Amino acid sequence: MSTIKLRYDIPANDFVTAGEASSNVKKKLTQIGVSSDKIKKAAISMYEAEINAVIHGNGGYADVEISSDKVIINIIDYGPGIPDVELAMKAGYSTASDNIREMGFGAGMGLPNIKKYADKLEIFTEVGKGTKIVLTVYFS
Amino acid sequence: MKEYFHSVNLDKDKCRGCTNCIKRCPTEAIRVRKSKAQIINERCIDCGECIRVCPHHAKTAISDSLDMINEFKYKVVVPAPSLYGQFDKKYSRNNILNALRLIGFDYVYEVARAAEIVSEATRQLLKNPNIKKPMISAACPSVVRLIQVRFPSLIENIVKLESPMEVAAKIAKNEVHEKYKIAMEDIGVFFISPCAAKVTSVKSPYEKQKSYVDGVISIKDIYIKLLSALSKVDDSSKLALAGLEGIDWANAGGESGALETYNVLAVDGIHNVIKIFDEIEEDRLSDIDFVEALSCSGGCLGGPLTIANVFIAKTTLKKHINAASKRDIKNMDKKSYEELVWTSNVEYKPVMKLDQDVSKAMEKLEKLEKIYADLPGLDCGACGAPNCRALAEDIVREIANETDCIFKLRQRIRDLAEEMVDLGGKMPPVMDKDTTE
Repeated sequence: MSTIKLRYDIPANDFVTAGEASSNVKKKLTQIGVSSDKIKKAAISMYEAEINAVIHGNGGYADVEISSDKVIINIIDYGPGIPDVELAMKAGYSTASDNIREMGFGAGMGLPNIKKYADKLEIFTEVGKGTKIVLTVYFS
Repeated sequence: MKEYFHSVNLDKDKCRGCTNCIKRCPTEAIRVRKSKAQIINERCIDCGECIRVCPHHAKTAISDSLDMINEFKYKVVVPAPSLYGQFDKKYSRNNILNALRLIGFDYVYEVARAAEIVSEATRQLLKNPNIKKPMISAACPSVVRLIQVRFPSLIENIVKLESPMEVAAKIAKNEVHEKYKIAMEDIGVFFISPCAAKVTSVKSPYEKQKSYVDGVISIKDIYIKLLSALSKVDDSSKLALAGLEGIDWANAGGESGALETYNVLAVDGIHNVIKIFDEIEEDRLSDIDFVEALSCSGGCLGGPLTIANVFIAKTTLKKHINAASKRDIKNMDKKSYEELVWTSNVEYKPVMKLDQDVSKAMEKLEKLEKIYADLPGLDCGACGAPNCRALAEDIVREIANETDCIFKLRQRIRDLAEEMVDLGGKMPPVMDKDTTE
């Protein structure tokens, strides 16, 4: 079975290009003919993870693997890592700075939203090194 | 009824095959083939961007001529509110409406009046807790078609209410029928339109089988006649009955401004609309209750078939709005707005899909990515597709070739030339005297 592998750079602190990768993936899933509710799940969870990498992770990259039954999205950043994953998963918990919040981000819904929309979420993180988020959305 | 009727059309004699229109099209619906632009019907949403941008005026809109009104015994006109913005400020709304009578219409019913009814129905719908939000206005037919081809997940958000044009046509027809005892089939209702999309929505409606409008005449086609009628207009009949809210529908922000909530978003210009729809699709505008999305910059006043510059038209319309009174349709009974709700649904037209079969579509997408990576990425349009990615897509859809790209073609010729030079220097060993042992 064929898979399509895509790589996107996620530049640090760049809110203009943030979200470009997820909207690009959305277009490709539409071209394959994935149903719109699944596309929505993938696009929203990927967007949130992308924004996290922009805000907290000093940027990084996204590796996306599309196959005919699922999409696996890896978001890798070289940021500070997450000391307490359980706490970070709580809705409303945020470590975003005030100026990030002023821009309308940092509501503490990033990870909870990813969990809500992705079918599977794995977090690999090490303080001081970075974080890797692997999320999967199944098409059927 | 033909499945894909489009008002937007090409005048082949005028088209020079330049690439202005293909670059501007929001759904990548145009290709240039054999020096002529070709519209891909399934993709066209009749926004009229190509009409605006074509330097040779080869893109036109099919609409009905004023002569068509003579096919009916009784002629009713339903003018779009944008018509009021087209003339010098010295003419009142009543002048303009009386001028319409002077050029041959028997009965005038302002679409702006119907717009007030639709506004009230929308206010009622907003109170319904079960309705999907943000609601997206269906007033602009291009926007509805955009949703059909590009944003299937937003179909449920469309406000399924008849457009002010339809409501006006229906009311006017019934009024004439009852007042003057004229048979329905003898009454012809004509819409005066700022755009091509409205023509399409009458000739090929997406929400139901038949429109109450019998013909659509463009503002630009009727303008000169109205202008000369205005100079001799007799202002005896009071025809200007609409209130300011209805007139304001011609402006971007007018429709949403008439709602009793601040949680509205008004976006105009089709490329801006696409950006906002992307946001809605990804649940990022959940605090918004109502979205007014208009294909043309400046709203209907900026329609491709209008005459006046949109910014000038805005100040003119402002004058008309200031001169109008505020009309209240607060106590509309539930039944009459429920009548405005569409009975059928808008259907998804998946034109972006590469193949019906998912795994075949995957293969095509994989191939597309490879081809795209190999193209020069200049997006020059010389191949007849709007950009390199669209060409790659056309190649996998088998409607274009890699050598349609002039850079690819040049590369191939160069490779071939080098190979020829190379081969030309070769000699069969039996004849080759230069080789030394």
